[in-house]
Amino acid sequence: MIRVENLTRTFGEFTAVKDITFQVDAGEIFAFLGPNGAGKTTTIKMLTTLLRPTAGRIHLDGFDPWVKQREARQRFGIVFQDPSLDGEQTAYENMELHGVLYHIAKRVRVERIELLLRQFELWERRSDYVKTFSGGMKRRLEIARGFLHTPKILFLDEPTLGLDPQSRNQLWTHVKAINEREKTTVFLTTHYMDEADRVAHRIAIMDHGAIVAMGTSAELKAKTNTESLEAAFLALTGTSLRDEGASSADNLRRFAQMWQQKR
Amino acid sequence: MGAIYIMWLRELKRYFRSKAQIVVSLGQPTLYLLALGFGFGPVFAKAGAGNYIQFMAPGVVGMTVLFSSIFSGMAMLWDRQFGFLKETLVAPVPRLHIILGRTLGGATVASLQGLLMLIVCLIAGFRPVHQHAVGTAAQHNWLALPVAGIFIAMIAIVFAALGSSVGSTIKDMQGFQVLMNFLVMPIFFLSGALYPLKGHSGVFSWITRADPLTYGIDGLRGVLIGNWQFSYGAQFNFALDLGLLAALAAIFLGSSAWLFSRIEV
Repeated sequence: MIRVENLTRTFGEFTAVKDITFQVDAGEIFAFLGPNGAGKTTTIKMLTTLLRPTAGRIHLDGFDPWVKQREARQRFGIVFQDPSLDGEQTAYENMELHGVLYHIAKRVRVERIELLLRQFELWERRSDYVKTFSGGMKRRLEIARGFLHTPKILFLDEPTLGLDPQSRNQLWTHVKAINEREKTTVFLTTHYMDEADRVAHRIAIMDHGAIVAMGTSAELKAKTNTESLEAAFLALTGTSLRDEGASSADNLRRFAQMWQQKR
Repeated sequence: MGAIYIMWLRELKRYFRSKAQIVVSLGQPTLYLLALGFGFGPVFAKAGAGNYIQFMAPGVVGMTVLFSSIFSGMAMLWDRQFGFLKETLVAPVPRLHIILGRTLGGATVASLQGLLMLIVCLIAGFRPVHQHAVGTAAQHNWLALPVAGIFIAMIAIVFAALGSSVGSTIKDMQGFQVLMNFLVMPIFFLSGALYPLKGHSGVFSWITRADPLTYGIDGLRGVLIGNWQFSYGAQFNFALDLGLLAALAAIFLGSSAWLFSRIEV
């Protein structure tokens, strides 16, 4: 379903993603793990047509997203690391807008929006503005939205960041349920090893822009002679801390928060 | 087409949902109209130029449309900030449709604001007039209002598209401030919204002629009170203003589409 060959991305002198190759099968849940700055988000951006690769090839369901952009975009859904909802519109309107952008016929749209909002326990709140939602509700809405156009692949970039254990647990239950029901391929990144252990069929560990290991959770543990995935992860990527400077986007976000509170 | 419509609709929803914003954004032009209109009124009359409120009204209508439309385009900065922009960037529709919907939505909102400001002007005592021949008394000309609507819409499209171009380029608040001071304010002050451009010459005159809003204001003022700034005759001025605005609209729409298509995050 996803085929990546020798993918590379450089920013000036810095190589964020270094010649990675992997494949994800249809219906599989595939987790990308790695310390901060390992290149996970850069990889997702290249897979989802937001960033042009410096070199290498990508195939999503047989389409090169840089040649057949619209066909590729129709086939995947994405939940970004930061929220991407319109706070000034209601939950239902956010779903509706997505449905129109993804060419879903009105009849199907209405049915599917209700199905997904009910499943993610947001139906009662469908007419409320998204800006009044809690972090967990926003995440649920984004994931529901990602599934709306029945994508063949769903990308989840650290979807559970900042959520409480209850919300995280519930979220994965829903994602797994839909993965089984609709056979959606799921490509996720996370920092929580227990989550990857629980939901992912296969795991790739990335460090310094390269894939250092790939396999099932059991295989990774066996390979490193460790008891837990967390120990395997540390064995593969070392224990030193990674520095990550605040990007201009981070600074801007803080500024926006201040500005909003002032209002 | 669905994408254009849904993005257009989003702008309108935002507008009608922030009723306080509608009133607040009419505050500044109203202040200009009343404070400057009545403040400079006697001086203006003494200079033999007539009633300053009459002169100012088309100017503040143009001002309202300028600010409202250019900000609607720059609002993309907030969508970038709060992430919604990305949702539209990965959608399987041409980015041209997204930016066109946004821009036309912003232009529609700005036009509505302009019409509201025109009503405020009428309440403040402004009357559209027409002079049939030199020396005869000016007569009320209510038919000018729908024609003024054409110029309001043209100004709105030109500057919403310019705002969209700028919004596709800048990424932070500092950039926004710079543009506010070095783009929006000069466009407003050099457009002849507040003073007649007749009688100026040299460099200043050329600068005002390079300002796109000059032609919008000229069109509005010509239609509403029969006062055309360039001495070519009303017929020619009408076509010149409308033609230039249409050309600028095409250029800015094109540039916004190109800049928006190149956004990477």
